[in-house]
Amino acid sequence: MAVPTALITLLIGMVLTLAGLWVGHNVNLLPVDASSNAPVYDALFEVLFSIGTVLFLGIVGLLIYSLVRFRRRAGDLGDGAAIEGNLPLEIVWTAIPAVVVLFVGIYSYDIYERMGGMASFHDHSAMQVATQQVAYQSASVEATQDPPAERIWGGIGRSTQDGVSPVVLPVDVTAMQFAFIFHYPGPGITAGELHVPLGQPVRLRMEAKDVIHAFWVPQFRLKQDVIPGQPTLLTFTPTRAGSYPIVCAELCGPYHGGMRSTVVVHEPEAFDDWLKSNTPATLASASGGISTKSIS
Amino acid sequence: MTAFTPAELEPRSLQPQGWLKYFSFSLDHKVIGLQYLVCGFAFYLIGGALAGVIRTELASPMSDFVSRDTYNEVLTLHGTIMIFLWIVPVVNGAFGNYLIPFYVGARDMAFPRLNAVAFWLIPPAGILLISSYFLAGAASQSGWTAYPPLSLTTPAAGQIVWILSVLLLGGSSIFGGINFIATVLKLRRPGLKLMQLPMFCWAMLGTSILVVLATPVLAGTLILLSFDIIAHTGFFNPQLGGNVVVYQHLFWFYSHPAVYIMVLPAFGLVSEILPVHARKPLFGYTTMVYSIMAIVVLGLIVWAHHMFTSGTPPWMRLFFTIATSFIAVPTGIKFFNWLATLWGGKIALNSAVLFSCAFIFNFVFGGITGVALAQVPFDIHVHDTYFVVGHFHYIVYGGSVFVIFASLYHWYPKFTGRLLNEDLGRLHFVLTFIGFNLCFAPQHWLGLNGMPRRVAEYDPAFTTWNQVSSVGALLMAVSTLPLLINVVLTAMRGQHAGDNPWNALTPEWLTSSPPPVENWIGEAPLVTEPYGYGEAPGTVEVNRLSGKDLWAQGKP
Repeated sequence: MAVPTALITLLIGMVLTLAGLWVGHNVNLLPVDASSNAPVYDALFEVLFSIGTVLFLGIVGLLIYSLVRFRRRAGDLGDGAAIEGNLPLEIVWTAIPAVVVLFVGIYSYDIYERMGGMASFHDHSAMQVATQQVAYQSASVEATQDPPAERIWGGIGRSTQDGVSPVVLPVDVTAMQFAFIFHYPGPGITAGELHVPLGQPVRLRMEAKDVIHAFWVPQFRLKQDVIPGQPTLLTFTPTRAGSYPIVCAELCGPYHGGMRSTVVVHEPEAFDDWLKSNTPATLASASGGISTKSIS
Repeated sequence: MTAFTPAELEPRSLQPQGWLKYFSFSLDHKVIGLQYLVCGFAFYLIGGALAGVIRTELASPMSDFVSRDTYNEVLTLHGTIMIFLWIVPVVNGAFGNYLIPFYVGARDMAFPRLNAVAFWLIPPAGILLISSYFLAGAASQSGWTAYPPLSLTTPAAGQIVWILSVLLLGGSSIFGGINFIATVLKLRRPGLKLMQLPMFCWAMLGTSILVVLATPVLAGTLILLSFDIIAHTGFFNPQLGGNVVVYQHLFWFYSHPAVYIMVLPAFGLVSEILPVHARKPLFGYTTMVYSIMAIVVLGLIVWAHHMFTSGTPPWMRLFFTIATSFIAVPTGIKFFNWLATLWGGKIALNSAVLFSCAFIFNFVFGGITGVALAQVPFDIHVHDTYFVVGHFHYIVYGGSVFVIFASLYHWYPKFTGRLLNEDLGRLHFVLTFIGFNLCFAPQHWLGLNGMPRRVAEYDPAFTTWNQVSSVGALLMAVSTLPLLINVVLTAMRGQHAGDNPWNALTPEWLTSSPPPVENWIGEAPLVTEPYGYGEAPGTVEVNRLSGKDLWAQGKP
């Protein structure tokens, strides 16, 4: 007895969907996640990977099936059926991709919102004010002296939207051929590596001296161009202690491939130690007789 | 009916005849088409050699094969040559010029002299570009995107030569585009309606609209950039108050449509090849036409997805995400229609079909990663990484170049009167398909895991997959050999094809192979059903050669 075509189609569809979901869930192509928006990113990746797998397997399966089933047999000089089109079918395969694409778009908008990408979409002043609402848990608070009118271009800024966010650690990043320089405006530390405490939001205010660079930490799933003449912001919260590469991702000259640095995520106590041991000696501490290692 | 034969109208041509005509300022669209094809293929070999340099350098994590400056010159030249001297001229200039006059029932393009000028801009521009490496001391080092301020600080001579060369090539492209629009709209044989044209005409019409609208923007942008370099103006120089992101907007306003300038003609060519070899009408002609036009319109409003990590405001990121994602809908319609064309056909599994189907395979993969890349949060991680390199090679190589090969096997008998060897063709196909996927599939993983693009050195953790990719590139290089051998041997002593070896219905097959100077002896045929294959349902199967036997009319 012939099985109805509709039933076969339904079964194939179900098998494909299950295969897609399995692949999306079990095939891991991403590096370790080390920031609070990495798991959000990975959730989006899983959805896209699953949908992509279903579509790819379905279309390629159909293609290979057609090539085998409808191949021209030796000696057959006839034509195929004179079918010139089918309007309901066209509507179906216009509507389904449109719905899928719309779903993906809305979902990724939601993801982007959760990553804080839309912060300044809701409040155009948020990005500018953000740079001034900074404080340090350690002493010698000195807010960044940005003029209020300065415009920050693009970037991801999340924590100011939460309302309950802990104190943000501001770091000024200067990119130049072929290095990143990290300056901690509070304690006045300048370093070639980025040191950040676990679990505390960090806001990078980035500017380039010469050409365009890009700040990318694959384990944070974050990237932002560092542009001469246009400061950009990047906010993230590290969630896993360890050392991760900082990679320049915009062609910036002959040594572009070598323009790398490291971000070290410390446990909070270890970070305080690092801050203390690297804070440059001031007149006050010198007169107090406390020996402080200076890195300048 | 009396008709003047070309010989009567022009008794003694001053143009050289024989093989020399391919080196002349010929006005014949078929000669110009083949000039584009052979010239483009020569540049493809140069661009491929440069790709070989890149993959050799990347076989080890250290920068140890060429100097870092040279590496950046190589990657810039590779991108520029492959786009502006190989894919754009071949899918537009070569196949467009050869086929469009046939398809509209004309004896030549609307502006034959402009056509010849458009071609003859290409060899000098290409030689100029490559010579900058030897003559100017240094070729451009700022990538094919030439982003300022990097392009303002790298050696100026090389950058200026690069700009001049791209301006010439852009001019050639615009001349070609104007010519295609005029030919399709104004030179149709009386009685031939727009909706009766073969699909390739629509693809070329859409492509040419993009060329004419977008290329002048690139030209203007590059002229401003050259002022910044020579005259020290400050359009894009932040130290003089310029804005580097504005350059990116202007650049991508052309360079994203450029992707459609490279793939839309390929879509058109596949729409010609599949019905012939599947012996079925092209499925959904009308929706295919509307899809092309939808891609043209959407293609103009998606450029900023190349700039999601630049200084772009969030609303812009959102808008361009949605616009870009929606391009998948008309593109998807075209792919479903091709599958429906194959379904129920009698498919000849020859080299032309294999390359066309591999194109579907590759492009679907590249399209899926493309929709993913359109999502801002996804793109923020993988932008400017090897993921993007893998993605766009699946589109432009897996898409356009595979179709160029398919078209070569399909139309070579028309060009020369001889059939390319099938065994060598299949060897070429297998090597290209395996090599291509081996080369570019691993690059997606490399990008996801932290390898940026345009680097000469990388984290040693990525060595294995880079070496796999390099082996794939080697296979791709080897795969060129059977093609070259096939083309040369066939041209000398291949199997004679006859006028219409595929029993095709489109008008280029309704004349001799190779065709006479003005395409037809006598009047041009009126082909109102270019895809009229197939037996009407209910007909008793008899040993007929083809459904409508149109092609056979008027023959002994």
